Amino acid sequence: MSISVKTFASTAEAATALSGDRAARFMGGGTLIMRAVNEGDQSFNTILLANDPALTEIQAQGDRLIIGSRVTMAQILASRDLEFLHPVARAVGGPAIRNMATVGGNLFAEHPYGDLTAALLVLDCQVTLAGGQTSTLPDLLRDRTREPRVLVASVSIVRPQSGIFKFRKVSRVKPKGVSLMTIAAWIPQSGGRVSGARVAYSSMGPTPMRVQAVEQALEGATLDETGVGNALSAATSGIEPPTDAIASSWYRREVAPVHLKRTLLGG
Amino acid sequence: MSKKPVQFTLNGESKAVFVDDGQNLLDVLRRGVGDLSPKYGCGQGTCGACTVLIDGEAHLSCLTLAETVEGRSLSSTGGLAQGAELHPLQDAFMRHFAAQCGFCTSGMLMAAKSLLDRNPNPSRDDVVEAISGNICRCTGYEPIIEAILDAAQNGAGRRSA
Repeated sequence: MSISVKTFASTAEAATALSGDRAARFMGGGTLIMRAVNEGDQSFNTILLANDPALTEIQAQGDRLIIGSRVTMAQILASRDLEFLHPVARAVGGPAIRNMATVGGNLFAEHPYGDLTAALLVLDCQVTLAGGQTSTLPDLLRDRTREPRVLVASVSIVRPQSGIFKFRKVSRVKPKGVSLMTIAAWIPQSGGRVSGARVAYSSMGPTPMRVQAVEQALEGATLDETGVGNALSAATSGIEPPTDAIASSWYRREVAPVHLKRTLLGG
Repeated sequence: MSKKPVQFTLNGESKAVFVDDGQNLLDVLRRGVGDLSPKYGCGQGTCGACTVLIDGEAHLSCLTLAETVEGRSLSSTGGLAQGAELHPLQDAFMRHFAAQCGFCTSGMLMAAKSLLDRNPNPSRDDVVEAISGNICRCTGYEPIIEAILDAAQNGAGRRSA
């Protein structure tokens, strides 16, 4: 099947084209779309591009940061405002991939990819679509393959206070490999006890997800070996981890509490 | 399928080619321009064999839509040597036996060049990180890491080409 490429000056024009053509896909950096082209994916025949500079901007607004959907992992690594996300961006591929892979693409990356999205889930991410509508990130992930497809213009995340945000990508190949599981956590404390924790996984289901059983178990707990015990017991509660070439569902279940503990307590 | 004219600079030379809609840059370099130095490995962004520099940054040419390089400056392994004189990175790879089957070598060289252009004195960890997106199934990586560190000591990062 032949592919056609359409380039638009504005995000809104590209979004209109995307919503009106089931066989169109919007391309950010190319790491997903060009891979699909190379593999002969027959589900689309049109690639949409947008040259809107707003898509590549990073802006600070009060305690929140607005990140354009075509901002690359390399741009995140070059941003002082996004220093807390540097370990996350560095976990995505090698340098060449990071020069190409975008924030918006990560939101649509299929299992086992989407390490950044797990981090965004705990950073109170709000998604702004082309046209100005907003969505929560869990809603976007739930509907991301539903027609008509949407074009993400930017994401807004809260800037964490020091030490609150934790991230761990677990892979079998060092220094870089596909994620066996990725854990992101937002662990604020009040009076020495956890209050308002958010925990998210990627590579543990069809999309990155918040882990509410763990969050509830952490509420009011002390952040030590005894205090996190219930959270570790709930590490895979309500979750059906996938079996793939990286690991079996059983293996993911077995190691999830170990890596959750390391994420929460360090080590 | 429509054709689009694209102009870019490859290793300092102006190039003008017609590309197909959806054609990737690797295909254009190899079949359109005749530069066979970037290799087709996986086509998925996993192996790094197709790495080229676009405006000085490492990119995977197999995942780059060819028409997006309009007006940009590309570098490939084919432009490293100056006549019979090897680039210090190539020379170091040869002396350290950093190439066996050689299929990854082109991508490794460009990943290393991208590192040394930005950081002429990298640590071992910097080198490991720089080639972390490039797969080698022969050498075990150690000779490649040693070659890049050796090339850095010999000033590869301070050479313009």
